[in-house]
Amino acid sequence: MSDASHDHGSRNERPEPSVDRRSLLISTGLTAMAAVSASVAGAAPGFVERLLRERFTELSPQRKAEILDQLELEYSQRYGREVSVENTPPMDGVEFAYGLDIARCVGCRRCVYACVHENNQSRDPQIHWIRVLRMEKEHGIELAESTAYYEPAKVPEPDAFYLPVACQQCRHPACVKVCPVKATWKDADGIVVIDYDWCIGCRCCMSACPYGARHFNWSEPAIPSEEINPKTHYLGNRPRPKGVVEKCTFCLHRTREGRYPACVEICPVGARKFGNLLDESSEMRYLLREKRVFVLKEELNTQPRFYYFYAT
Amino acid sequence: MHGGVGHVASDAGGTKAFSPADFPDIEFDRELLPEVAEGGAADAEGVYRVRQPLAYEDYFPCSDCHGDMEVNLERRQLEEMHDDIVLDHGPKERWCFDCHNPDDRDRLRLVNGTLIEFDQSYRLCGQCHGTIFRDWREGIHGRREGYWNGAKSYLLCAHCHNPHAPRFPGIEPLPPPVRPQFLHAAAQGSHDE
Repeated sequence: MSDASHDHGSRNERPEPSVDRRSLLISTGLTAMAAVSASVAGAAPGFVERLLRERFTELSPQRKAEILDQLELEYSQRYGREVSVENTPPMDGVEFAYGLDIARCVGCRRCVYACVHENNQSRDPQIHWIRVLRMEKEHGIELAESTAYYEPAKVPEPDAFYLPVACQQCRHPACVKVCPVKATWKDADGIVVIDYDWCIGCRCCMSACPYGARHFNWSEPAIPSEEINPKTHYLGNRPRPKGVVEKCTFCLHRTREGRYPACVEICPVGARKFGNLLDESSEMRYLLREKRVFVLKEELNTQPRFYYFYAT
Repeated sequence: MHGGVGHVASDAGGTKAFSPADFPDIEFDRELLPEVAEGGAADAEGVYRVRQPLAYEDYFPCSDCHGDMEVNLERRQLEEMHDDIVLDHGPKERWCFDCHNPDDRDRLRLVNGTLIEFDQSYRLCGQCHGTIFRDWREGIHGRREGYWNGAKSYLLCAHCHNPHAPRFPGIEPLPPPVRPQFLHAAAQGSHDE
Protein backbone atom coordinates (compact mmCIF):
# COMPACT_ATOMS: atom_id res chain seq x y z
CA MET A 1 0.00 0.00 0.00
CA SER A 2 2.78 2.37 0.89
CA ASP A 3 4.41 1.67 -2.48
CA ALA A 4 1.28 2.57 -4.36
CA SER A 5 0.78 5.81 -2.55
CA HIS A 6 4.44 6.63 -3.01
CA ASP A 7 4.11 6.22 -6.77
CA HIS A 8 1.05 8.35 -6.76
CA GLY A 9 2.84 10.98 -4.72
CA SER A 10 5.86 11.16 -6.99
CA ARG A 11 3.71 11.55 -10.12
CA ASN A 12 2.09 14.58 -8.57
CA GLU A 13 5.41 15.91 -7.33
CA ARG A 14 4.14 15.86 -3.78
CA PRO A 15 6.71 14.51 -1.37
CA GLU A 16 4.18 13.90 1.42
CA PRO A 17 1.96 10.94 0.55
CA SER A 18 -0.48 11.05 3.45
CA VAL A 19 -3.21 13.64 3.53
CA ASP A 20 -4.17 14.76 7.01
CA ARG A 21 -6.89 17.20 7.71
CA ARG A 22 -4.48 20.07 8.08
CA SER A 23 -2.89 19.72 4.63
CA LEU A 24 -6.22 18.95 3.05
CA LEU A 25 -7.76 22.15 4.36
CA ILE A 26 -4.72 24.23 3.50
CA SER A 27 -4.50 22.86 -0.05
CA THR A 28 -8.09 23.82 -0.75
CA GLY A 29 -6.92 27.38 -0.49
CA LEU A 30 -7.85 30.64 1.06
CA THR A 31 -11.42 30.62 -0.25
CA ALA A 32 -12.09 27.53 1.80
CA MET A 33 -10.54 29.23 4.79
CA ALA A 34 -12.86 32.14 4.32
CA ALA A 35 -15.81 29.81 4.00
CA VAL A 36 -14.83 27.99 7.17
CA SER A 37 -14.42 31.28 9.00
CA ALA A 38 -17.78 32.49 7.76
CA SER A 39 -19.52 29.31 8.83
CA VAL A 40 -18.24 29.75 12.35
CA ALA A 41 -19.08 33.44 12.48
CA GLY A 42 -18.76 34.71 16.00
CA ALA A 43 -16.11 32.13 16.80
CA ALA A 44 -13.22 33.39 18.87
CA PRO A 45 -9.95 34.34 17.18
CA GLY A 46 -7.72 31.34 16.83
CA PHE A 47 -10.63 28.94 16.59
CA VAL A 48 -10.19 28.20 12.89
CA GLU A 49 -6.45 27.87 13.28
CA ARG A 50 -6.97 25.36 16.04
CA LEU A 51 -9.23 23.36 13.75
CA LEU A 52 -6.37 23.12 11.29
CA ARG A 53 -3.71 22.02 13.70
CA GLU A 54 -2.03 18.66 14.38
CA ARG A 55 -3.16 16.26 17.08
CA PHE A 56 -2.43 17.85 20.47
CA THR A 57 0.13 15.26 21.58
CA GLU A 58 2.08 15.77 18.33
CA LEU A 59 2.33 19.55 18.51
CA SER A 60 5.65 21.25 19.06
CA PRO A 61 6.11 22.88 22.48
CA GLN A 62 5.90 26.34 20.87
CA ARG A 63 2.66 25.60 19.08
CA LYS A 64 1.19 24.19 22.30
CA ALA A 65 2.21 27.33 24.17
CA GLU A 66 0.61 29.48 21.45
CA ILE A 67 -2.63 27.54 21.71
CA LEU A 68 -2.67 27.83 25.50
CA ASP A 69 -2.06 31.59 25.21
CA GLN A 70 -4.90 31.94 22.73
CA LEU A 71 -7.24 30.02 25.00
CA GLU A 72 -6.24 32.08 28.02
CA LEU A 73 -6.99 35.23 26.08
CA GLU A 74 -10.29 33.89 24.81
CA TYR A 75 -11.50 32.74 28.25
CA SER A 76 -10.26 35.85 30.01
CA GLN A 77 -12.23 38.00 27.57
CA ARG A 78 -15.32 35.83 27.76
CA TYR A 79 -15.44 35.75 31.57
CA GLY A 80 -13.95 39.19 32.26
CA ARG A 81 -11.26 37.87 34.58
CA GLU A 82 -7.88 36.25 34.29
CA VAL A 83 -8.10 32.56 33.41
CA SER A 84 -4.97 30.39 33.17
CA VAL A 85 -4.76 27.31 30.94
CA GLU A 86 -1.93 24.94 31.84
CA ASN A 87 -0.73 21.77 30.20
CA THR A 88 0.95 20.15 33.21
CA PRO A 89 2.28 16.76 32.04
CA PRO A 90 2.05 13.49 34.04
CA MET A 91 4.71 13.10 36.74
CA ASP A 92 7.38 10.42 36.27
CA GLY A 93 6.85 7.28 38.32
CA VAL A 94 3.28 8.11 39.16
CA GLU A 95 0.16 6.09 38.46
CA PHE A 96 -2.92 7.40 40.17
CA ALA A 97 -5.56 5.37 41.93
CA TYR A 98 -8.63 6.33 43.90
CA GLY A 99 -10.29 4.69 46.89
CA LEU A 100 -13.81 5.17 48.18
CA ASP A 101 -14.97 3.77 51.51
CA ILE A 102 -18.61 2.80 51.05
CA ALA A 103 -18.86 1.92 54.72
CA ARG A 104 -18.29 5.64 55.42
CA CYS A 105 -20.04 7.49 52.56
CA VAL A 106 -23.23 9.13 53.83
CA GLY A 107 -24.52 10.20 50.41
CA CYS A 108 -24.50 13.94 51.20
CA ARG A 109 -23.46 14.95 47.63
CA ARG A 110 -20.90 17.54 48.83
CA CYS A 111 -18.46 15.93 46.36
CA VAL A 112 -20.88 16.35 43.45
CA TYR A 113 -21.13 20.12 43.88
CA ALA A 114 -17.47 20.59 44.85
CA CYS A 115 -16.63 18.89 41.56
CA VAL A 116 -18.89 21.22 39.59
CA HIS A 117 -17.30 24.19 41.36
CA GLU A 118 -13.76 22.97 40.73
CA ASN A 119 -14.12 21.68 37.18
CA ASN A 120 -16.27 24.35 35.52
CA GLN A 121 -19.15 22.10 34.57
CA SER A 122 -22.09 23.75 32.87
CA ARG A 123 -24.66 25.04 35.38
CA ASP A 124 -27.37 25.18 32.75
CA PRO A 125 -27.96 22.66 31.29
CA GLN A 126 -26.68 20.94 34.38
CA ILE A 127 -23.75 18.52 34.15
CA HIS A 128 -22.55 16.47 37.12
CA TRP A 129 -19.48 14.27 36.80
CA ILE A 130 -20.24 12.41 40.04
CA ARG A 131 -23.48 10.53 40.47
CA VAL A 132 -24.30 9.18 43.91
CA LEU A 133 -26.38 6.02 43.78
CA ARG A 134 -28.56 5.06 46.73
CA MET A 135 -28.88 1.36 47.34
CA GLU A 136 -30.83 -0.76 49.80
CA LYS A 137 -28.75 -2.50 52.45
CA GLU A 138 -31.10 -5.42 52.08
CA HIS A 139 -30.21 -5.91 48.42
CA GLY A 140 -26.54 -5.00 48.41
CA ILE A 141 -24.94 -3.58 45.28
CA GLU A 142 -27.68 -3.75 42.69
CA LEU A 143 -27.19 -1.07 40.04
CA ALA A 144 -30.55 -1.69 38.38
CA GLU A 145 -32.44 -1.01 41.62
CA SER A 146 -30.40 2.06 42.59
CA THR A 147 -31.55 5.67 42.38
CA ALA A 148 -29.66 8.95 42.08
CA TYR A 149 -32.68 11.12 42.97
CA TYR A 150 -33.03 10.39 46.69
CA GLU A 151 -33.85 13.46 48.76
CA PRO A 152 -34.44 12.66 52.46
CA ALA A 153 -34.22 15.35 55.14
CA LYS A 154 -31.10 13.75 56.61
CA VAL A 155 -28.52 11.26 55.37
CA PRO A 156 -27.46 8.56 55.96
CA GLU A 157 -30.80 6.78 55.98
CA PRO A 158 -30.83 3.68 58.20
CA ASP A 159 -31.75 1.20 55.46
CA ALA A 160 -29.54 2.57 52.68
CA PHE A 161 -25.94 2.88 51.62
CA TYR A 162 -24.46 5.09 48.93
CA LEU A 163 -22.18 4.48 45.98
CA PRO A 164 -20.76 7.55 44.23
CA VAL A 165 -19.81 6.83 40.62
CA ALA A 166 -17.64 8.92 38.30
CA CYS A 167 -15.04 8.06 35.67
CA GLN A 168 -13.26 4.88 36.77
CA GLN A 169 -10.07 5.75 34.80
CA CYS A 170 -9.91 2.24 33.36
CA ARG A 171 -6.66 0.58 32.36
CA HIS A 172 -8.59 -0.85 29.38
CA PRO A 173 -10.89 2.07 28.61
CA ALA A 174 -13.67 1.15 26.19
CA CYS A 175 -14.23 4.85 25.51
CA VAL A 176 -10.70 5.29 24.17
CA LYS A 177 -11.00 2.19 22.01
CA VAL A 178 -14.14 3.40 20.22
CA CYS A 179 -13.22 7.04 19.64
CA PRO A 180 -13.06 7.37 15.85
CA VAL A 181 -10.76 10.41 15.90
CA LYS A 182 -8.55 9.58 18.90
CA ALA A 183 -9.74 12.66 20.77
CA THR A 184 -9.52 10.75 24.04
CA TRP A 185 -6.57 8.77 25.30
CA LYS A 186 -4.92 7.39 28.42
CA ASP A 187 -2.01 9.45 29.73
CA ALA A 188 1.08 7.98 31.41
CA ASP A 189 -0.28 8.53 34.92
CA GLY A 190 -3.39 6.54 34.04
CA ILE A 191 -5.80 9.43 33.60
CA VAL A 192 -8.07 9.17 30.58
CA VAL A 193 -8.16 12.65 29.05
CA ILE A 194 -10.15 14.38 26.31
CA ASP A 195 -8.98 17.02 23.86
CA TYR A 196 -12.13 19.13 23.57
CA ASP A 197 -10.78 20.78 20.42
CA TRP A 198 -10.44 17.40 18.73
CA CYS A 199 -13.70 15.81 19.90
CA ILE A 200 -16.28 15.66 17.12
CA GLY A 201 -19.19 14.99 19.48
CA CYS A 202 -20.19 11.62 18.02
CA ARG A 203 -20.80 10.25 21.54
CA CYS A 204 -19.52 6.76 20.71
CA CYS A 205 -17.49 6.93 23.94
CA MET A 206 -20.62 7.62 25.96
CA SER A 207 -22.32 4.50 24.68
CA ALA A 208 -19.15 2.45 25.18
CA CYS A 209 -18.61 3.53 28.80
CA PRO A 210 -20.23 0.99 31.14
CA TYR A 211 -20.24 3.48 34.04
CA GLY A 212 -22.21 6.38 32.54
CA ALA A 213 -19.23 8.57 33.34
CA ARG A 214 -19.17 10.66 30.18
CA HIS A 215 -21.40 13.67 29.64
CA PHE A 216 -22.29 15.65 26.55
CA ASN A 217 -22.62 19.41 26.15
CA TRP A 218 -25.94 19.59 24.34
CA SER A 219 -25.83 23.37 24.33
CA GLU A 220 -23.28 26.08 25.03
CA PRO A 221 -22.27 25.51 28.68
CA ALA A 222 -23.44 28.36 30.90
CA ILE A 223 -21.24 29.34 33.84
CA PRO A 224 -21.57 32.76 35.52
CA SER A 225 -18.19 34.48 35.33
CA GLU A 226 -17.94 34.91 39.11
CA GLU A 227 -18.27 31.14 39.46
CA ILE A 228 -15.50 30.20 37.02
CA ASN A 229 -12.51 28.42 38.50
CA PRO A 230 -9.73 30.41 36.80
CA LYS A 231 -7.06 27.73 37.29
CA THR A 232 -7.59 25.34 34.40
CA HIS A 233 -5.86 22.60 32.44
CA TYR A 234 -6.10 22.12 28.68
CA LEU A 235 -7.13 18.46 29.06
CA GLY A 236 -9.20 19.00 32.17
CA ASN A 237 -11.37 21.74 33.58
CA ARG A 238 -11.03 24.50 30.99
CA PRO A 239 -14.41 25.81 29.77
CA ARG A 240 -15.79 23.41 27.18
CA PRO A 241 -17.38 24.32 23.87
CA LYS A 242 -20.83 23.12 22.87
CA GLY A 243 -20.99 19.65 21.32
CA VAL A 244 -18.15 17.88 23.11
CA VAL A 245 -17.95 15.12 25.69
CA GLU A 246 -16.48 15.63 29.16
CA LYS A 247 -15.83 13.60 32.31
CA CYS A 248 -13.86 13.34 35.55
CA THR A 249 -10.08 13.69 35.17
CA PHE A 250 -9.09 13.01 38.81
CA CYS A 251 -8.74 16.85 38.96
CA LEU A 252 -5.54 16.58 36.93
CA HIS A 253 -4.92 20.34 37.18
CA ARG A 254 -4.52 19.72 40.94
CA THR A 255 -3.23 16.16 41.18
CA ARG A 256 -0.41 16.65 38.67
CA GLU A 257 0.86 19.36 41.00
CA GLY A 258 0.55 17.13 44.05
CA ARG A 259 -2.79 18.30 45.42
CA TYR A 260 -5.63 15.99 46.38
CA PRO A 261 -8.69 16.10 44.10
CA ALA A 262 -11.44 18.51 45.21
CA CYS A 263 -13.85 15.69 46.07
CA VAL A 264 -11.32 14.14 48.47
CA GLU A 265 -10.95 17.38 50.39
CA ILE A 266 -14.64 18.27 50.62
CA CYS A 267 -15.83 14.84 51.84
CA PRO A 268 -17.14 15.47 55.39
CA VAL A 269 -16.63 11.83 56.43
CA GLY A 270 -13.24 11.28 54.80
CA ALA A 271 -14.54 8.44 52.64
CA ARG A 272 -12.40 9.41 49.64
CA LYS A 273 -8.74 8.41 49.27
CA PHE A 274 -6.23 9.21 46.57
CA GLY A 275 -2.60 8.45 45.85
CA ASN A 276 0.22 7.00 43.80
CA LEU A 277 -0.03 3.27 43.10
CA LEU A 278 3.71 3.03 42.47
CA ASP A 279 4.61 4.41 45.89
CA GLU A 280 4.58 1.60 48.42
CA SER A 281 4.08 3.97 51.34
CA SER A 282 1.05 5.69 49.83
CA GLU A 283 -2.43 5.61 51.30
CA MET A 284 -3.66 3.72 48.26
CA ARG A 285 -1.14 0.93 48.64
CA TYR A 286 -2.00 0.52 52.33
CA LEU A 287 -5.64 0.38 51.40
CA LEU A 288 -5.17 -2.25 48.70
CA ARG A 289 -3.05 -4.34 51.08
CA GLU A 290 -5.27 -4.16 54.14
CA LYS A 291 -8.88 -3.70 53.03
CA ARG A 292 -11.56 -5.61 51.20
CA VAL A 293 -11.58 -3.90 47.84
CA PHE A 294 -13.74 -4.25 44.75
CA VAL A 295 -14.20 -2.53 41.40
CA LEU A 296 -17.42 -1.90 39.52
CA LYS A 297 -18.36 -4.35 36.77
CA GLU A 298 -15.17 -6.33 37.16
CA GLU A 299 -16.44 -8.90 34.63
CA LEU A 300 -16.04 -6.38 31.79
CA ASN A 301 -12.25 -6.37 32.26
CA THR A 302 -12.07 -2.59 32.07
CA GLN A 303 -9.71 -2.73 35.07
CA PRO A 304 -10.65 0.50 36.81
CA ARG A 305 -8.24 2.59 38.87
CA PHE A 306 -11.16 3.43 41.11
CA TYR A 307 -11.41 1.05 44.07
CA TYR A 308 -14.35 0.80 46.42
CA PHE A 309 -13.60 -0.62 49.84
CA TYR A 310 -15.13 -1.42 53.20
CA ALA A 311 -13.08 -0.17 56.12
CA THR A 312 -13.80 -1.43 59.60
CA MET B 1 -36.99 4.36 31.92
CA HIS B 2 -37.12 8.14 32.22
CA GLY B 3 -40.66 8.87 31.07
CA GLY B 4 -42.06 12.30 30.42
CA VAL B 5 -42.26 15.22 32.78
CA GLY B 6 -45.73 14.17 33.88
CA HIS B 7 -44.51 10.74 34.91
CA VAL B 8 -42.51 12.11 37.81
CA ALA B 9 -44.25 12.94 41.08
CA SER B 10 -43.88 16.64 41.85
CA ASP B 11 -42.06 15.83 45.11
CA ALA B 12 -39.82 13.10 43.65
CA GLY B 13 -36.64 15.18 43.48
CA GLY B 14 -34.52 16.02 40.46
CA THR B 15 -36.89 18.50 38.84
CA LYS B 16 -34.81 21.62 39.45
CA ALA B 17 -31.14 22.35 38.77
CA PHE B 18 -28.96 23.65 41.59
CA SER B 19 -25.44 24.98 41.33
CA PRO B 20 -22.66 25.25 43.94
CA ALA B 21 -23.46 28.96 44.27
CA ASP B 22 -26.81 27.99 45.81
CA PHE B 23 -24.97 26.76 48.91
CA PRO B 24 -23.01 29.73 50.27
CA ASP B 25 -22.59 28.03 53.67
CA ILE B 26 -20.46 25.27 52.19
CA GLU B 27 -16.80 26.13 51.83
CA PHE B 28 -16.00 24.84 48.34
CA ASP B 29 -12.78 26.88 48.10
CA ARG B 30 -10.98 25.28 50.99
CA GLU B 31 -8.07 27.06 52.65
CA LEU B 32 -5.06 24.92 53.40
CA LEU B 33 -3.40 24.96 56.79
CA PRO B 34 -0.54 27.54 56.59
CA GLU B 35 2.12 24.85 57.22
CA VAL B 36 0.69 22.72 54.44
CA ALA B 37 0.46 25.58 51.96
CA GLU B 38 4.06 26.52 52.73
CA GLY B 39 5.43 22.96 52.58
CA GLY B 40 3.59 22.07 49.39
CA ALA B 41 4.62 19.10 47.30
CA ALA B 42 8.27 19.48 48.35
CA ASP B 43 7.53 18.56 51.98
CA ALA B 44 7.14 14.80 51.50
CA GLU B 45 7.28 13.95 55.21
CA GLY B 46 5.08 16.79 56.41
CA VAL B 47 1.92 15.66 58.15
CA TYR B 48 0.36 18.46 60.17
CA ARG B 49 -2.38 18.21 62.75
CA VAL B 50 -5.22 20.67 62.61
CA ARG B 51 -5.57 22.18 66.06
CA GLN B 52 -8.45 20.76 68.04
CA PRO B 53 -10.54 23.50 69.63
CA LEU B 54 -11.69 22.36 73.07
CA ALA B 55 -15.37 22.19 73.82
CA TYR B 56 -14.77 24.51 76.78
CA GLU B 57 -12.15 26.65 75.07
CA ASP B 58 -13.07 29.81 76.99
CA TYR B 59 -12.90 28.03 80.35
CA PHE B 60 -9.59 26.24 79.87
CA PRO B 61 -7.60 25.47 81.97
CA CYS B 62 -10.24 23.38 83.75
CA SER B 63 -8.26 23.65 86.97
CA ASP B 64 -9.38 27.30 87.23
CA CYS B 65 -12.68 25.97 88.54
CA HIS B 66 -11.93 22.38 89.46
CA GLY B 67 -8.66 23.16 91.26
CA ASP B 68 -10.33 24.11 94.53
CA MET B 69 -13.34 21.88 94.10
CA GLU B 70 -13.77 18.67 96.00
CA VAL B 71 -13.81 15.67 93.69
CA ASN B 72 -17.22 14.03 93.61
CA LEU B 73 -16.80 10.53 92.23
CA GLU B 74 -20.48 9.77 92.36
CA ARG B 75 -22.36 9.05 89.16
CA ARG B 76 -25.10 11.67 88.87
CA GLN B 77 -27.04 14.07 86.66
CA LEU B 78 -24.95 17.23 86.28
CA GLU B 79 -26.96 20.34 86.98
CA GLU B 80 -24.96 23.48 87.59
CA MET B 81 -22.39 23.09 84.82
CA HIS B 82 -21.81 20.79 81.82
CA ASP B 83 -25.50 19.90 81.87
CA ASP B 84 -25.53 20.07 78.05
CA ILE B 85 -23.36 16.97 77.82
CA VAL B 86 -25.34 13.88 76.90
CA LEU B 87 -23.40 10.66 77.25
CA ASP B 88 -24.16 8.26 74.42
CA HIS B 89 -20.94 6.37 74.02
CA GLY B 90 -20.83 2.62 74.45
CA PRO B 91 -22.13 0.99 77.62
CA LYS B 92 -24.46 2.80 80.00
CA GLU B 93 -21.83 2.60 82.74
CA ARG B 94 -19.69 5.16 80.89
CA TRP B 95 -18.77 8.03 83.19
CA CYS B 96 -16.64 11.21 83.12
CA PHE B 97 -13.67 9.64 84.89
CA ASP B 98 -13.29 6.87 82.34
CA CYS B 99 -11.39 9.49 80.32
CA HIS B 100 -11.08 12.64 82.43
CA ASN B 101 -8.61 12.64 85.26
CA PRO B 102 -10.14 13.41 88.69
CA ASP B 103 -6.87 14.71 90.19
CA ASP B 104 -5.77 16.96 87.32
CA ARG B 105 -8.63 18.10 85.13
CA ASP B 106 -6.34 19.75 82.59
CA ARG B 107 -5.32 16.33 81.31
CA LEU B 108 -6.94 13.15 80.15
CA ARG B 109 -6.05 9.77 81.57
CA LEU B 110 -5.39 6.50 79.75
CA VAL B 111 -6.49 3.20 81.29
CA ASN B 112 -2.92 2.47 82.37
CA GLY B 113 -2.82 5.72 84.34
CA THR B 114 -0.76 7.74 81.88
CA LEU B 115 -1.81 11.38 81.77
CA ILE B 116 -2.05 12.97 78.31
CA GLU B 117 -2.80 16.45 77.01
CA PHE B 118 -6.14 17.16 75.35
CA ASP B 119 -4.48 17.44 71.95
CA GLN B 120 -3.40 13.80 72.24
CA SER B 121 -6.95 12.60 72.77
CA TYR B 122 -6.57 10.15 69.87
CA ARG B 123 -4.44 7.96 72.12
CA LEU B 124 -7.38 7.67 74.44
CA CYS B 125 -9.79 6.76 71.63
CA GLY B 126 -7.29 4.26 70.26
CA GLN B 127 -7.40 2.23 73.48
CA CYS B 128 -10.76 0.75 72.44
CA HIS B 129 -10.94 1.56 68.72
CA GLY B 130 -7.67 -0.06 67.73
CA THR B 131 -8.47 -0.97 64.14
CA ILE B 132 -9.85 2.46 63.36
CA PHE B 133 -6.91 4.08 65.14
CA ARG B 134 -4.55 2.13 62.90
CA ASP B 135 -6.46 3.18 59.76
CA TRP B 136 -6.47 6.78 60.92
CA ARG B 137 -2.69 6.79 61.41
CA GLU B 138 -2.27 5.55 57.83
CA GLY B 139 -4.69 8.15 56.44
CA ILE B 140 -7.48 5.68 55.63
CA HIS B 141 -9.93 6.76 58.33
CA GLY B 142 -10.60 10.49 58.41
CA ARG B 143 -9.96 13.31 56.03
CA ARG B 144 -6.61 14.59 54.85
CA GLU B 145 -6.12 17.82 52.92
CA GLY B 146 -3.20 19.23 50.99
CA TYR B 147 -0.70 17.30 48.87
CA TRP B 148 -0.91 13.56 48.22
CA ASN B 149 2.86 13.56 47.65
CA GLY B 150 3.78 16.24 50.18
CA ALA B 151 2.53 18.26 53.12
CA LYS B 152 -0.91 17.35 54.34
CA SER B 153 -3.11 18.13 57.29
CA TYR B 154 -5.22 15.70 59.26
CA LEU B 155 -7.91 15.97 61.87
CA LEU B 156 -8.22 14.45 65.34
CA CYS B 157 -11.04 12.05 66.24
CA ALA B 158 -12.89 14.72 68.18
CA HIS B 159 -13.01 17.12 65.22
CA CYS B 160 -15.73 14.99 63.66
CA HIS B 161 -16.96 12.83 66.53
CA ASN B 162 -18.31 14.34 69.71
CA PRO B 163 -16.48 12.18 72.28
CA HIS B 164 -19.53 12.17 74.54
CA ALA B 165 -21.84 10.99 71.73
CA PRO B 166 -19.57 9.86 68.92
CA ARG B 167 -22.01 8.60 66.31
CA PHE B 168 -21.74 10.83 63.26
CA PRO B 169 -24.92 12.95 63.20
CA GLY B 170 -27.02 12.94 60.03
CA ILE B 171 -26.60 15.87 57.67
CA GLU B 172 -28.80 17.40 55.02
CA PRO B 173 -27.91 16.11 51.55
CA LEU B 174 -27.41 18.55 48.69
CA PRO B 175 -30.12 18.22 46.03
CA PRO B 176 -30.15 15.45 43.42
CA PRO B 177 -29.20 15.96 39.77
CA VAL B 178 -31.86 17.07 37.31
CA ARG B 179 -33.73 14.24 35.64
CA PRO B 180 -33.10 14.22 31.88
CA GLN B 181 -36.67 15.16 30.98
CA PHE B 182 -36.37 18.34 33.05
CA LEU B 183 -33.31 19.43 31.09
CA HIS B 184 -35.79 20.05 28.28
CA ALA B 185 -36.03 23.79 28.85
CA ALA B 186 -32.31 24.25 28.46
CA ALA B 187 -32.13 22.06 25.36
CA GLN B 188 -34.96 24.06 23.80
CA GLY B 189 -32.98 27.23 24.33
CA SER B 190 -30.11 25.88 22.28
CA HIS B 191 -32.42 24.94 19.39
CA ASP B 192 -33.59 28.51 19.14
CA GLU B 193 -30.10 29.81 18.51
